[in-house]
Amino acid sequence: MELVILSGKGGTGKTSLVGSLASLAEKKVLVDCDVDAADLHLIMKTKTGPAHDFICGSKARVIQDKCMICGICSGYCRFGAIKNEPDSEARFGEKFWIDQYACEGCGVCTHFCPEDAIELIDNVSGQWYISETAYGPLVHARLGIAQGNSGRMVSLLRKEAAQIMEKNKFDLTIIDGPPGIGCPVIASVTGAGYVMIVTEPSISAFHDMERLLQLTRHFNIPTGICINKFDINTDMTARIEKFAGDTGIEILGKIAYDPGFTRAQVQGMPMIEYADTAVTGQIKQLWEKLQNNLMSAGKKAAGRKETVIKLN
Amino acid sequence: MRAEHDTKVKERIERLIISIASGKGGTGKTTIAANMAYMLAHSGRTVTYIDCDVEEPNGHVFLKPDYVRKSDVCVPIPKVNYDKCNFCGKCAETCQFNAIAVLADKVMIFPSLCHGCGGCYHLCPEEAIEETDRPIGVINSGTGQGVNFIEGRLNVGEAISPPITRALKQVMPISGISFIDAPPGTSCPVIEAVNDTDYVILVTEPTPFGLNDLKLAVEMVRALHLPFGVIINRADIGDDRVDKYCRDEQIEILLKIPFDRSIAESYSRGDLISLKQDDYGRRLMDVYKNIESRINGNGTGNTQR
Repeated sequence: MELVILSGKGGTGKTSLVGSLASLAEKKVLVDCDVDAADLHLIMKTKTGPAHDFICGSKARVIQDKCMICGICSGYCRFGAIKNEPDSEARFGEKFWIDQYACEGCGVCTHFCPEDAIELIDNVSGQWYISETAYGPLVHARLGIAQGNSGRMVSLLRKEAAQIMEKNKFDLTIIDGPPGIGCPVIASVTGAGYVMIVTEPSISAFHDMERLLQLTRHFNIPTGICINKFDINTDMTARIEKFAGDTGIEILGKIAYDPGFTRAQVQGMPMIEYADTAVTGQIKQLWEKLQNNLMSAGKKAAGRKETVIKLN
Repeated sequence: MRAEHDTKVKERIERLIISIASGKGGTGKTTIAANMAYMLAHSGRTVTYIDCDVEEPNGHVFLKPDYVRKSDVCVPIPKVNYDKCNFCGKCAETCQFNAIAVLADKVMIFPSLCHGCGGCYHLCPEEAIEETDRPIGVINSGTGQGVNFIEGRLNVGEAISPPITRALKQVMPISGISFIDAPPGTSCPVIEAVNDTDYVILVTEPTPFGLNDLKLAVEMVRALHLPFGVIINRADIGDDRVDKYCRDEQIEILLKIPFDRSIAESYSRGDLISLKQDDYGRRLMDVYKNIESRINGNGTGNTQR
């Protein structure tokens, strides 16, 4: 079973909560799918494992000796990636050149260069790691700056985690998801077992949650909500609860605002390990409820599979 | 010489683009962008706020615009003309994104994988591929709180957002001061938002997560050769490692905003904080003036590059 923690809006407390859930859950593998700003390893007492290059897609490169400066290539590029104005001193003397941040690796330019002066080369999109933490194995990554392959990186991390889960006979993967609703989020949720949305009582977070719920509905994934910092605006919390009631989405837990979360983070540990307060009680309750939901979601999924087999 | 310089300065002032970014989400990008835009508009300047967080746009919550225009953002996708297609497979072979598969009597196109590069269209030997427009999101524009307002929204279920950001930048006004509210992170949608802007404000908070993501964001803006400075939000909640990092890297700290529960509460209601707290808005105005003078070359030369 893959449990994915998402939020739509950034900074609602996904990673801090995943840290505490990681400490409460047994026999699980952790995955940080926020590949362009991964933070989970910072509170897990992580011994980072060896780095593996993630090669994904390609980028064009102009072979300077062959370039005759005809400019045909730039007419075909739809991403504005082929440039010939001197950008900085480092480029001095070059003819046409490829802006690595703009190039999407489509290769169209290579087909139209009359001098065969453009080649496609493998692109290292980033590095990924399997690390040991105090709370079990963690699969995480660091996407290179300005890389566009976050979705494919996420898919790779989930595949690696699935292998670890199978090898160790674990029953749970906890995925710390990225913010937003785009490419890496879609790659994090497709085919997952359950989504918990961590929201907070603000109009912005509420608005973002609604969009995210449309997405999880679109992919047909059972979803529940956790309201973090619920006491910052109790009216807004009531609005979220009413919305959840009206739309039949379960509120898995409510967690109070507590500066202890930041102090725990500064100490490099999950909140639940750092202190024993009202908030840690709320997290434990959340985990109880979440476990029940994971179990029933698992049963339903298994039931669906059986029906399919019977139908066949 | 002096006159020429002044003209140049004037030209620069007439069009200034500041982007607001952060590696970590939820640090206060939108709050700062919307409040700065509001303050400047109320000092008589022409100001545009552009919400480039197209996956989860929230600027509208604070600037409450009256929308006057809405337009679709489309990407080109291939369409096969079966009268001409002979199933040679060249299009699928060309596509670097596996968005086309050619079967014995059918060509399958996967729109969500297509980057719209036009490779198949240009390279089909039978000229059997046309391009059609597929909408992936919208651009809304209007005015709110005296600020020109433009936002992009990715349709739910769509994966690729940079074309919307590119479209937003095309409709950006050619004069006045523009604030670009970037999405969190450091990957392609963020690059698309901050690239070719005159200055980047990186918003962070003094926590290990804030610091880790700030380092990534700094790496990004340095790779793009953009001048930048840092605002530390909720400046008293964590530790001093962000301060130390900025000192060691000689990065300018533009402003520190202490944690204030009343700011968090205003935010949660969708209120503009500078409407309630004069001091908050004034401090953002000072940050703006500082950036403006640096870009116009009157600063002390400390601007990072």
